[in-house]
Amino acid sequence: MPEKDDTPKVEYRWPEAKDCRLIGKRISRLDGPAKVTGSAKYTYDTHPAGMLYAKVVRCPHAHARVTKLDLSAARRMPGVRAARAINGPGSEIQWALDEVAVLAATSEEAAEDAARAVVVEYEVLPHFVTEEQIDRAPNVKAGEEEAAGDPEGAMAAAAVRIKGRYGIPVVAHNCLEAHGQICEWTDKDNLTAWCSTQAVSAVAGQLAEGVGVPAANVRVITQYMGGGFGSKFSADRWGVECARLAREAGAPVKLMLERAPELTVAGDRPSAYAEIEVGAAADGTITAWSSRSWGSGGPGGSGSPPVPYVFQPPNRRHRHSSIPTHKASARAWRAPNHPQGCFLTLSAIEDLAHALKMDPLALVRKNLPITGKLAKVYGEELAVADGLMGWKERWHPRGEGGKGPVKQGLGLALHTWGGRGHRSNCEVTIYPDGAAEAKLCSQDLGTGTRTVVAIVLAETLGLPLAAVKVSLGDTRYPTSGGSGGSTTVGGVSASTRRAAQNALAELFAKAAPELGTTPDLLEAVDGTVRVKASPEHKLTWRQAVGLLGRTPLTASGANPGPGDLTNSGVGGVQMADVSVDVETGIVRINKMVAVQDCGLIIDLKTAESQVYGSLIMGISYALSEEKVTDPVTGIMLNTDFDSYKLAGIGDVGELVVHMMSGPGYDERGVIGLAEPPVVSPGAAIANAVANAVGVRVPYLPLTPERVLDALAPATDGRTA
Amino acid sequence: MADDGKPPRSPGLSRRDFLRGSAAAGALGTGLLAGASVVDERKASAPRLEAGTEIVGPGAVPMTFRINGKTFDAVLEPRVTLLDALRDHLDLTGAKRVCDRGSCGACTVHLDGKPVYACSVLAIEAAGRPIATVEGLGSVERLHPLQAAFVDNDAQQCGFCTPGFVMAAKALLDRNPDPSLDEVHHALSGNFCRCGTYAGMRRAVLAAAKGGGHA
Repeated sequence: MPEKDDTPKVEYRWPEAKDCRLIGKRISRLDGPAKVTGSAKYTYDTHPAGMLYAKVVRCPHAHARVTKLDLSAARRMPGVRAARAINGPGSEIQWALDEVAVLAATSEEAAEDAARAVVVEYEVLPHFVTEEQIDRAPNVKAGEEEAAGDPEGAMAAAAVRIKGRYGIPVVAHNCLEAHGQICEWTDKDNLTAWCSTQAVSAVAGQLAEGVGVPAANVRVITQYMGGGFGSKFSADRWGVECARLAREAGAPVKLMLERAPELTVAGDRPSAYAEIEVGAAADGTITAWSSRSWGSGGPGGSGSPPVPYVFQPPNRRHRHSSIPTHKASARAWRAPNHPQGCFLTLSAIEDLAHALKMDPLALVRKNLPITGKLAKVYGEELAVADGLMGWKERWHPRGEGGKGPVKQGLGLALHTWGGRGHRSNCEVTIYPDGAAEAKLCSQDLGTGTRTVVAIVLAETLGLPLAAVKVSLGDTRYPTSGGSGGSTTVGGVSASTRRAAQNALAELFAKAAPELGTTPDLLEAVDGTVRVKASPEHKLTWRQAVGLLGRTPLTASGANPGPGDLTNSGVGGVQMADVSVDVETGIVRINKMVAVQDCGLIIDLKTAESQVYGSLIMGISYALSEEKVTDPVTGIMLNTDFDSYKLAGIGDVGELVVHMMSGPGYDERGVIGLAEPPVVSPGAAIANAVANAVGVRVPYLPLTPERVLDALAPATDGRTA
Repeated sequence: MADDGKPPRSPGLSRRDFLRGSAAAGALGTGLLAGASVVDERKASAPRLEAGTEIVGPGAVPMTFRINGKTFDAVLEPRVTLLDALRDHLDLTGAKRVCDRGSCGACTVHLDGKPVYACSVLAIEAAGRPIATVEGLGSVERLHPLQAAFVDNDAQQCGFCTPGFVMAAKALLDRNPDPSLDEVHHALSGNFCRCGTYAGMRRAVLAAAKGGGHA
């Protein structure tokens, strides 16, 4: 692409708030109508002609060696078109429901019948699935110790010290659209795959490698996908096997996981347990921190949760140990490691406030200086949250939550996240009829990516939303990053903004002579291209694009790139108001307040939805979610919606969301949002429960049984 | 219980009833491990059928469906669920398969005007009876007011649960045009959303009710 000398130099920046018609406003997601009418076609809904259905034969043991695998009877079953071994004789299986064999048949029922005819024999091997008992773990991988200052000396000198043990279990992603894909070979060398994935651009290469064709020969399509939350970045072995089956059968094959494997093998946020000691001066200044944590996310153990979280006491020591288990492998779960680090740390800090006889809000405020560069943001957010919750008027010391059996309490937590925009390429085309299109191989997980790209494109070109089109979710478009780490909104908004500004610069170069001026003095506003200083000198958009002749104009934009369009580092504060029945142990959410910053907001409506959704997902993991694995058999027990409990619409109380914006926030550029607000709910709710009932319930989820267990010593003390 | 909105249940033979009955008669309930065939099962229970009972299957049999006011013909095995018939054979994929065992609500459709989990109704039991799916409610160009309220209030993120919630909410407003928030919670408690769109759903259903948004 030769440089064009007549193209003016473009200054890449976001428009000022006063000039925005769309950015930062409350705009309904553009694909909402397709979703509410059922016309949005997800991977699960795709049905190419002649499609076969795949079923996977899974190992029922947590740890075993395959000694025999016979597919011959299955191959003879009616309708079977292909069958493959995945873990043949001699293979060692490391977790229950791992794949052993797979087959495809003309109907799902026929495939199920055939899967039952597969003969597998195992030698069962010993398993370990109870990582909370670190002393019994056969294999503990101790990490590096992180330390600063003089933790022992400072702890000894502290006026007040607390010690606690806390834990947060393995939870599942439980995507409503299960993991899976449909694979079709369009000829012997070219594969099309409809994948339920968060990383369209990356999955194509993994599939290509698995089936031995060049990556350019694999087309991946994801127009709509039903939830990922971090668990859908990989093509997965079942994806590659689906493509192999399709090649072997000479027909398209659909392989979607059933709910039990979806819950067991396709989603796993690692557990984390910790023993923590904190020391403080009498005024609440945290001076010393000492802790060890451990956890597991399957055979690979677990990453190290950030402990202490947000607060960095000057004298501190921490070590994390990773424990391999015979449970399915960890997958990134919204804000990996942060919900664990937040729950462990903020539980201990609330316990410290109780020991100091301080309001936790005052303790947090006192220690804002050791939160680093976000201290000012946290301070402003705490003030807003205080007002929205009525904390100052309503907070009471621990255990003074009312005289009756139902006790009320308040709790708070705070969190941080990076969220800088990822690598993204966008191509913007302006057509001679006036239409404008942005193409990029990103994906919309339901976060509003389509809508955000359309808003940026329409805002930049001065067009109404209805005049622009967004094409994504297809490897035929320019490469864009996977949707993880809250990096998508920054990446796609920046690449789209640069591409649109580049396209506009070319259009201005053609329009300037018509308007008797130079391109740098033009602007695109309200469907016109006009002279900034004298808006009455203008071309309509149609007149301007008419200057293109018959050939559309295409320009590209990338992230990273020139101009500060995206940034990293957000802060958020949450408060919970709960009621706890100390006779039944049942915890009810009365109200949650979330105050969140994310830099420049593109769409206020979908941004707020991310925070509402985070609160609800957080309430769910705080109160009821846990992958329960039977220590005797090593098998996950709660593999359906009846026993793996999600919060329902009546379980979530009143939800209040406040987005920080304006001066001090907007000028940082766009920062990701999907993960940070899901970090705090566990800690905020657990702290509210402690405040209500007077004792710490140290382990999530806060089930009635755990609440009653925590209350038992106090009850015994009263009755003795 | 049929009118209180939860849990939706087929007035006819549900898949669970079918399996329970079969397990009592034979070994189908443990078929996954035992490898029992449906043919053997039927032979074993055949003598217990009442005189005049029509025997169909296990092979595919012709069925006629009345869906959204239109007639659809299909040839299906009797074991095929209504959900799979809609999705895999009639190209009506609005109802989603999520749990496939009657606990998440993503497959909610109306049968005889009442909400049911399509995964827990056999297609053959629904044949000939009026079925309404989300596709019959409104189109992208002409949204039903309830659907428009879902869009306006951003009552969806990934959208996979949304058609089920729309149909459950439609059933509520059909029988109770002016529900309280508690009644909305009750009527939608048989459905789950993983992205966490309940805040928008509350607003959407109440807004649709206020606006007379049910037809």
